[in-house]
Amino acid sequence: MRLRTFPGGVHPHDEKHYSASSPITLAPLPAKVTIHVSQHIGSPSSPVVAVGDEVKTGQLIAEASGFVSLNQHASISGKVTAIDRFPHPCGTSSLAIQITGDGEDKWVELADEADYMNLSANEMKSRIAAAGICGMGGAGFPTNVKLSPPEDKPIDTVILNGVECEPFLTSDYRLMMEHADEIISGLKLIMKTVNARQGIIGIEANKPDAIALMEKKLKGEANLEVVGLKLRYPQGAEKQLIYAATRRKVPAGGLPMAVGVVVQNVGTAFAVYEAIRYRKPLIDRIISITGEGIKKPSNLKARIGTAFSELVEFCGGASMEIGKLISGGPMMGFALPSLDASMGKGSSGLLLFGKKAARLLDEKSCLRCARCVDVCPMNLLPSLIASAVKYKDLDKAVEAGLNDCMKCGSCSYVCPAQIRLVQWIDTGKIRYAEAQRAKK
Amino acid sequence: MKDKYIVSSAPHVHDKTTIPMVMWNVVIALIPALVFAVYYWGLRALVLTLLGAISAVVTEAAIQKLRKVPVSVSDGSAFLTGLLLAYNIHAGAPLWLPIAGSVFAIAIGKQVFGGLGTNPVNPALLGRAFLLASWPTLMTAGWVKPRTGTLSGISNVDDIALNLQSVSPKAYELVTGATPLKVVQSLRDSSFVASINSSATEGVDIANRIFTNITEMNSLKNLFWGNIGGCIGEVSAFALLLGAAYLLYKNIIEWRIPLFYVGTVFVLSFLFGPIKGSGYSMMLPFFHIFSGGLMLGAFFMATDYTTTPLTKNGRIVFAIGCGLLTMVIRLVGGYPEGVSYSILFMNVMTPLIDKFTVPKAFGRIKK
Repeated sequence: MRLRTFPGGVHPHDEKHYSASSPITLAPLPAKVTIHVSQHIGSPSSPVVAVGDEVKTGQLIAEASGFVSLNQHASISGKVTAIDRFPHPCGTSSLAIQITGDGEDKWVELADEADYMNLSANEMKSRIAAAGICGMGGAGFPTNVKLSPPEDKPIDTVILNGVECEPFLTSDYRLMMEHADEIISGLKLIMKTVNARQGIIGIEANKPDAIALMEKKLKGEANLEVVGLKLRYPQGAEKQLIYAATRRKVPAGGLPMAVGVVVQNVGTAFAVYEAIRYRKPLIDRIISITGEGIKKPSNLKARIGTAFSELVEFCGGASMEIGKLISGGPMMGFALPSLDASMGKGSSGLLLFGKKAARLLDEKSCLRCARCVDVCPMNLLPSLIASAVKYKDLDKAVEAGLNDCMKCGSCSYVCPAQIRLVQWIDTGKIRYAEAQRAKK
Repeated sequence: MKDKYIVSSAPHVHDKTTIPMVMWNVVIALIPALVFAVYYWGLRALVLTLLGAISAVVTEAAIQKLRKVPVSVSDGSAFLTGLLLAYNIHAGAPLWLPIAGSVFAIAIGKQVFGGLGTNPVNPALLGRAFLLASWPTLMTAGWVKPRTGTLSGISNVDDIALNLQSVSPKAYELVTGATPLKVVQSLRDSSFVASINSSATEGVDIANRIFTNITEMNSLKNLFWGNIGGCIGEVSAFALLLGAAYLLYKNIIEWRIPLFYVGTVFVLSFLFGPIKGSGYSMMLPFFHIFSGGLMLGAFFMATDYTTTPLTKNGRIVFAIGCGLLTMVIRLVGGYPEGVSYSILFMNVMTPLIDKFTVPKAFGRIKK
C-alpha cells in the first residue's frame, strides 16, 4: 500500500507500546459519576433533573440548549446528589450533575432496530442528536450538526479518523481491532445521513494490523477504502487528514464541507451505530490509561463521568512518583492539577508521567533555525507570531497568521531553544478574542 | 486527593534536539576537514585552529561576564565560530592571526548585538573580512604547499609545455606559486596572458593549456581531496562533503541552501567560466564547486541559522544570490574568491528576503 501524508509535521516517538496490546476491559461500575453540561463545542446543556431525582442509566438529564449543543444522559442509575461546579477534564471547573449510584445499573428501555440501515436520513440524525453524540477525538463538536450541512454544500466523502496520531493513546486502535464491524456499520450510516458516495478510513502505518483488518473487512465494498498514512503528527487534524487522504485543501477559516468532506472519529462512528440501531445514548467510551507512571496500562470501557482517580486505581495505581497528569494526548492534552476530575465524552486518554518527564525546560533565545517553520502544517512562521505576541503587537501576530494556527504544538515540540511557541500563540489567541469582545 | 502535579500548557513532550547538540554536531562535522589539514600541513594547522576556537570561547566568556549575563560558552556556538574563522586562514599565517580574528568575530560580530541569535551577519565571516582588510598580505600571501602536492593542484607542469620554466618563467611561477582560483583569475586577465610570452598567440596558447590542465581529471582529483594550496578548513571538498552528509542526515542543516548555492555556481561556471579560446567543458563546473571556500561556505556558513532566511522560499532566494555573487566576484571581480563576501552580502539582505517571501497559510488563496 502506498502511504499518504501531508506537508510539515513532526515525528514524536509514538509510545503506544505501553497499552497497545491491552484489550478493552470493562471498568467497574463507578459509585458516583459527575456529568458536565459542557463536554462539547457549543452552548452548555440545560439540566432537566433536580437534586434528589431518581434516574436510570441512559436517562436524559440535560438537554441541548440550542442548535449547536448536546444532550447529556445519566451514565449510571441512582440519585442526583448535586448540581454544582466540579473539576472538568480540561483542567478548569464547570457546572456538572453528580449522580450517586444505586449499584444496580437499571437502564432505560433500548431498542434493536432490525432494519436500522434503511431508516430515513432525518430519523438517523434525530437518533444521533437524541443520543448526545459529539466528536470523540477530543474537539467534541455535536455530530448531528456536523451531519447537517447547508443544501449548497453537498458531501461526497466521509472520512473516518482512525489516525490516532497523538503519542501514547491506543483507545481508537483497540476499538478498531475489537469492533471493526460496528465501526464499518457506523461509517455506512454516516454516509447515508449525508448521502455521500465514498467512505474512507484513515489509519497510520504504526497500526499495520488495524489497516490489514479493515482492508479485509472492506473487501468487495466498492465505495469504501482504507487509506494507510505515514506516521506523522498532526495527521489526525481534520484539514491535514483530508489533504492526506483526498488531496483536497480546506480553505482557511472554512469547514471540511467546503470541499465536500465530513470527518468523524472511529469512536464516533461506533457511537453512531449504537445510537441508530439500539437508540443507546452515549454514556460510555474507551479511554487509554497509560504512560510510564501507571502500573497496568489499559484501555478501559468506562462510564462517562467516572472520576479519573477511580480509573487509575483500577489500573493498579501509580508505579512511580507522578510529576504530571495529562487528560488527552501529550501533544494537545491538558495537564491536570489532581485526579479529581472525571472523564468526559472527549476523554481519549489519561497519561501519567514521572517527575523527570514532567520537568519544564527553560526558554532560551531564538536561533532563527526555522525548524518551527519547516514543521508547521499550516505553513506559518510560528517564531514570528510568537514573538509578536510576546512584544504585545497583536496586529502583527494576526497578519502573520495567528488565527490560522490550530495549536497542534509541532513548533514547540521541535524548538531546540525550548521556546514555548504554541503557548505564546495561544496566549495571543486569547488576547485577540478579548480585544474583539472589547470592541463590541 | 492531595497530589500536586505540574500544570503546564501542551505540548507535554519535546524533541531531544537542543542548541548545544546542534552546535557540537556541527563541530563534529568539521573534524574530517581538520584531519585532512593536519595531514597536509602538519600540527601547525591544528595549533592555528585551536587558537582560533579557544580565543573565541575566552572572548565570549569574558564579554558575558562584563555584560553580567549567564556565561553560555558550553553551548558550543563560540567554539564553532572560532573554528570556522580559523578554517579561513592558511597554514602559513602567524599564530596571532586567528586570535585577532576570533576576538573581532565574537566581540564585534556577535556580542555587540546581544549574543547568540541576534547577530545580523555570520561572525566568522565578519572576522575573516576584518583580517583581510587589516592584514591583506598575511591573508593572501605565503601559502604553504601541501605535503604531497603543489599549490595549484597541477601535478606535472611540464605537461603544459615542455620545460615550461624556460619557455615562460611567468607562467611557471603562476602554476607553481598560486592557488587554483588565483591561477584561473590570472588566466582571465588579458594583460597577464599577453605577458606570458613575447608572441601573442603563443601566450594565448599557453594560457589555454594551463586552463585545460587545471580543469582536467588529474588536477580535479587533487582539488577534491584538498591536495592544493588554500585555507586550513576549505581545501578538502571530500572531507567537507563527509561532514555535510552527517549534518543532513542528522537534520541539522537543510538541503535548500547548499543545493541552490552549489547549483547556481555549477550552472554559471559552465555558462560563463570558459576563458577566451577555451570551449565549454563539463569539467569546469566541477572545478568551480570544489575550489576555494565553496564547500565550506555552502554547507557550513550559508546554512548558519541566525543569519539566513526563515522562509523556505527565502532560503532559495538567499542561496541563488550567494551563488550569483560568488561567480560575479570570481569571474569579473578583483578577488580570486568571492564566497565569504557573497554570504556576508546576502546575510544583510536576509530581513528583506524574509519580508518578501512570507508563505501563504495552508488553505489560503494566493493573491
